[in-house]
Amino acid sequence: MKPPIRGRTEPQGGFLRRLDALFRAAFPTLVTILLLVLAVVPMGGPGLLMAVALPSIFFWTIFRPAAMPAPAVFGLGLLHDLLALAPLGVGILVLLVAHGVALRLRDFLVRQSFLVVWMMFCAFAAGSALLSWLLTALLSLQLPPVVPGLHQAAVCAGVYPLLSWLLTRAHRAMQVAEA
Amino acid sequence: MIRLSIPLRQALARLSLPLLIAVAFGTMLLGKADALLVERARMALADLLTPLWTVVQEPVGAVRRTALEAEALWNMRAENDRLREENERLRRWQDTALALEAENALLRRQLAWIPDPAPRFVTARVVADGGGTYARAVLLALAPNTPIRKGQVALDERGFVGRVTEVGTRSARVLLATDINSRIPVTLEGSRARAIMVGNNTARPRLQHWPEGTVPRDGDRVVTSAEANAFPAGLPIGIVRWPEGGTPEIELFARLDRLDAVRLFDFGLSGILPPEAVARPELRGRR
Repeated sequence: MKPPIRGRTEPQGGFLRRLDALFRAAFPTLVTILLLVLAVVPMGGPGLLMAVALPSIFFWTIFRPAAMPAPAVFGLGLLHDLLALAPLGVGILVLLVAHGVALRLRDFLVRQSFLVVWMMFCAFAAGSALLSWLLTALLSLQLPPVVPGLHQAAVCAGVYPLLSWLLTRAHRAMQVAEA
Repeated sequence: MIRLSIPLRQALARLSLPLLIAVAFGTMLLGKADALLVERARMALADLLTPLWTVVQEPVGAVRRTALEAEALWNMRAENDRLREENERLRRWQDTALALEAENALLRRQLAWIPDPAPRFVTARVVADGGGTYARAVLLALAPNTPIRKGQVALDERGFVGRVTEVGTRSARVLLATDINSRIPVTLEGSRARAIMVGNNTARPRLQHWPEGTVPRDGDRVVTSAEANAFPAGLPIGIVRWPEGGTPEIELFARLDRLDAVRLFDFGLSGILPPEAVARPELRGRR
């Protein structure tokens, strides 16, 4: 039998503990859903949906991949496409591809400084904007204007530091709770 | 919970991403094949979230109003000068308008003129940006069972905003005049020439297809045309702006970047049929 550790509370009972773990696992997805729903409240500028979805998914895929599995990304993409008036499937595919690539680069990115991660994210934002422009052109059979795509990429890159600061705090708090 | 062996679970995890990407392509095909299903899903989601957006909109709106107030205070001097100058101009116009009104009343009395009935309208609050990166639309919150149809015309306090394209039970989507898929038949008031206003996702839609010989002039007033029986004639839209070496654009009267509420007018017109109405006629009692 282990001696009780000084200065720490006794672990909670089975049910509460499992609930706690479940909530912690679902937290990234739930927060991203909430952010998506709130991103469409008119604040005087379009294109905020992707600027909320992409940084969240990128962050959690790199720093807590278990809490952002591919099915969750799919669900978030579907929510994005239904909230925006985009052709169905564009958001799903763009976010899944970003998730897949981020997962591949995870081993490299997780050890880098914030600045390097941000630079990489800027490349992701540009790539996602390009992919969504191509898919929109393909699905609507007309060439959409380029400026909104550039705007979307710029807003994505600009939102990332703020969002990543907030999400890092949540991530640290979860790590402390798990330790 | 089903217990799976670790290698099987790893294999499933590795397979899930390519599988989901394939499903994403399937979703694209589905979205292309059954537009009505997608529209229903969109409106069901909007109906579900509209109460939440209505609540969130209050504080966000308050912050926005405060920001606008601060901006107005900052620009007060310039604004005052502008208003004084405009007031002068409007006073002269008022005299003209009063004279014309009297003349009009006189002429109508002599002609036994039957006036147009005043159109019915409902005012709805804008609760969400219903567009996205490549679309311009807004979502409106409606009281349940408000009689709204597709194709109704939305105006703000200054001019034309767009048309209702999707209707749910508690919400409706208005496609703005600036959207890339928006095509509005217009009349240039100066020359009475017909043209088409084409949205291009920027703040100023383009003017196209004007008749040969009547070139739109910078500063011409643009109103809706009754062509195709989709709009009543004469709703104010905007002013023609023709930049040097560019194409003619329309500066809208409506302030689409700060829409709070819009009026939805029912003019009883059903000129352009929605695509599904061609395939299956509307059921009785369904909007």
